[in-house]
Amino acid sequence: MTPRVGSATLALLVLGLPFASFLLLAVVRPLRRSAPAAAAVSIAAIAGSLVTALLTMSGAAPLAAQQSPSTTWSWIPADGGPMATVGVMVDDLAMTMLLLVTLVSFLVQVYSWAYLHDEPRTSLGRYYAYHSLFAFSMLGLVLAPTFLQMFIFWELVGLCSYLLIGYWYERPSAARAAVKAFWITKLGDLGLVAGIVMLWSATGTFDFWTLFQMASLGSLPVEALPLIMFLIYLGAVGKSAQFPLHVWLPDAMEGPTPVSALIHAATMVTAGVFLVTRAFPLFRLTPDLLTLIAWVGAFTALLAASMACVEIDIKRVLAYSTVSQLGYMMAAAGAAAPEAGFLHLIAHGVFKALLFLGAGVVIHVFHTNDLFRMGGVRGSPWIWLPFVVGTLALSGVWPLPGFFTKEAILAGVLDARLLVPFAMLSVAAFLTAFYMFRVVCLAFFARPHHAGHAHPRVPGLMNGVCWVLGALTLAMGLQQAFFSGHHEISGPGWLPGFSLALAGGGILLAWAMYQRRAIDPARVARALGPIEWMARRRYGLDGLFAGLYRGVLLAFARLIGWLDRYLVDGVVNVLSAWTLRAGDRVRRLQTGQPQDYVYGVALGTLLLFVLAQWGLR
Amino acid sequence: MPLGAYLALAALVFAIGLFGVLTRRNAVGILLGIELMLNAVNINLVAFGRFHADLAGVMFTLFTIAITVAEVAVGLAIVIVIFRVRRTVDADHLDLLRG
Repeated sequence: MTPRVGSATLALLVLGLPFASFLLLAVVRPLRRSAPAAAAVSIAAIAGSLVTALLTMSGAAPLAAQQSPSTTWSWIPADGGPMATVGVMVDDLAMTMLLLVTLVSFLVQVYSWAYLHDEPRTSLGRYYAYHSLFAFSMLGLVLAPTFLQMFIFWELVGLCSYLLIGYWYERPSAARAAVKAFWITKLGDLGLVAGIVMLWSATGTFDFWTLFQMASLGSLPVEALPLIMFLIYLGAVGKSAQFPLHVWLPDAMEGPTPVSALIHAATMVTAGVFLVTRAFPLFRLTPDLLTLIAWVGAFTALLAASMACVEIDIKRVLAYSTVSQLGYMMAAAGAAAPEAGFLHLIAHGVFKALLFLGAGVVIHVFHTNDLFRMGGVRGSPWIWLPFVVGTLALSGVWPLPGFFTKEAILAGVLDARLLVPFAMLSVAAFLTAFYMFRVVCLAFFARPHHAGHAHPRVPGLMNGVCWVLGALTLAMGLQQAFFSGHHEISGPGWLPGFSLALAGGGILLAWAMYQRRAIDPARVARALGPIEWMARRRYGLDGLFAGLYRGVLLAFARLIGWLDRYLVDGVVNVLSAWTLRAGDRVRRLQTGQPQDYVYGVALGTLLLFVLAQWGLR
Repeated sequence: MPLGAYLALAALVFAIGLFGVLTRRNAVGILLGIELMLNAVNINLVAFGRFHADLAGVMFTLFTIAITVAEVAVGLAIVIVIFRVRRTVDADHLDLLRG
């Protein structure tokens, strides 16, 4: 496929519409306080963006060799050329992401209108303002032609994530989760900003295209590159919830479910994968780092999958599943197959949004997140059918998109001779099918724990969005199965069968354990003993971070506080006390008696005479 | 008579005036001291004018005398007003500017 470039004007329009909507909602108070108007503005803006993104995609022209896909304007002026540029980079990668982001944003915003219908009208405007800001930031991140611009939007999406996780800020757990997400991702961002600055000081440019040209000409300073790229990768670790910074993502489920679908499944968390894919020509030059990325990704995939198996909160299961799939994408990038990872990113964006929105429907029906208090809606297929399509796609069943992208990733990892990560990813694939069907069996098909849900009512809008996403998932899968003739990475012939067998095995096991009750889950748990015990406690990682926070950071803060209070303040207090006392002494000179002043004048004059006569020779 | 004698007289009168200004507690006494010091200056001016055969010294002295008269008039008026308000002209009690 030849590289193509889209129109910069259209791309700016895609970017501008949500921003205009955000400005409108932020500045015009009556608009923000009236929920329907705010929702209409925001949804209209994102719908416009979606149409414009489609136009950008369809109007893209082939890119000539050596032609830059970015359009930039100078930003920070300096002697000898601007220090930084801003602009848009509308290549294939960006255009595909534009489509995904606008599509999922649009559907989620529509869905939110039904899902949050019982919210106070006044705070719903705030919700839609955040959503518009998020769409703007994410689109800006995708279109960024320089590391600097990307970093700015990177922080903006982090801010939106914080604001939307903490949407119900009066709930302490939500407020805490928002802060936790902000802190942990900031930890990675420290590395990112350091890496970007070091890259700039080594090469003198932030621009992706210039850097790629330098990389292909071999004029990059290779000896400094591993450290720089590692630091940049740290940013991706934080944002894309890779081990060990994955702990914020499950807690981020405190936000409203549509937010989880948009930000913590489909778009923002994939920014790290997008960063690695975008900067892959640079990562390619550091093979050792790529191996590390693959190992960390595969390990994350396995670890998160194991935790998802014991989780009882439906949203947290999906969150761990997201972490696991992000690990998959990273592993693909690490195995030098970023295009496979990117395909998985797109497919995952669609079907994971579907799963989260489906989970929103489930939560709406049962008024609980607890998997073991659901069940018994087998008779209402319009509820469970889209969710099951998403589940099959995530498990990797032919002919749904997860099957093809997962196979491509496994083939890429195998191709790079990374056998242990391959094994870890295979086990993760098995576990994925298992825990997802555990959710399906418990949430929909299990015997109901209490009667009264025979005919659950779901708003048509919510269900409609789920069906649209389900149809899209199916269409993507069919397109890949029948119309996409070539595969860039073709694994060995046994791979499709192998991955299907993994998925089937997982599905069968879940069905036997939770539907037929042929195998008692408690016995399996006992057989697995320590692993199950550890997974339930999230491998102590959350505790470790909390301990680090309390033990190290707070102790350090207390030490600094003590120093400030007693050392710095002490010095300042002593100085001010001395000044006061000295001022008091000097004050006494001013007696108010004119004669005393005359004494001073006379003595001074006399002194001058004496000096003039004998002093100054 | 030599110039030195006039200057010595002027220095003596100036020192007496300064002594009066510094030691008198009564505001009127202080004003008198100031008059003496000004007159010492006048003696100096006239003496130097005579010595250099320059009329400028005499002219200055005439101006100084006129200004001194005005100064005394204003100064005594202030003292009277202070006396009306504070019922005293003792300098020890006039210390509103004390820090």
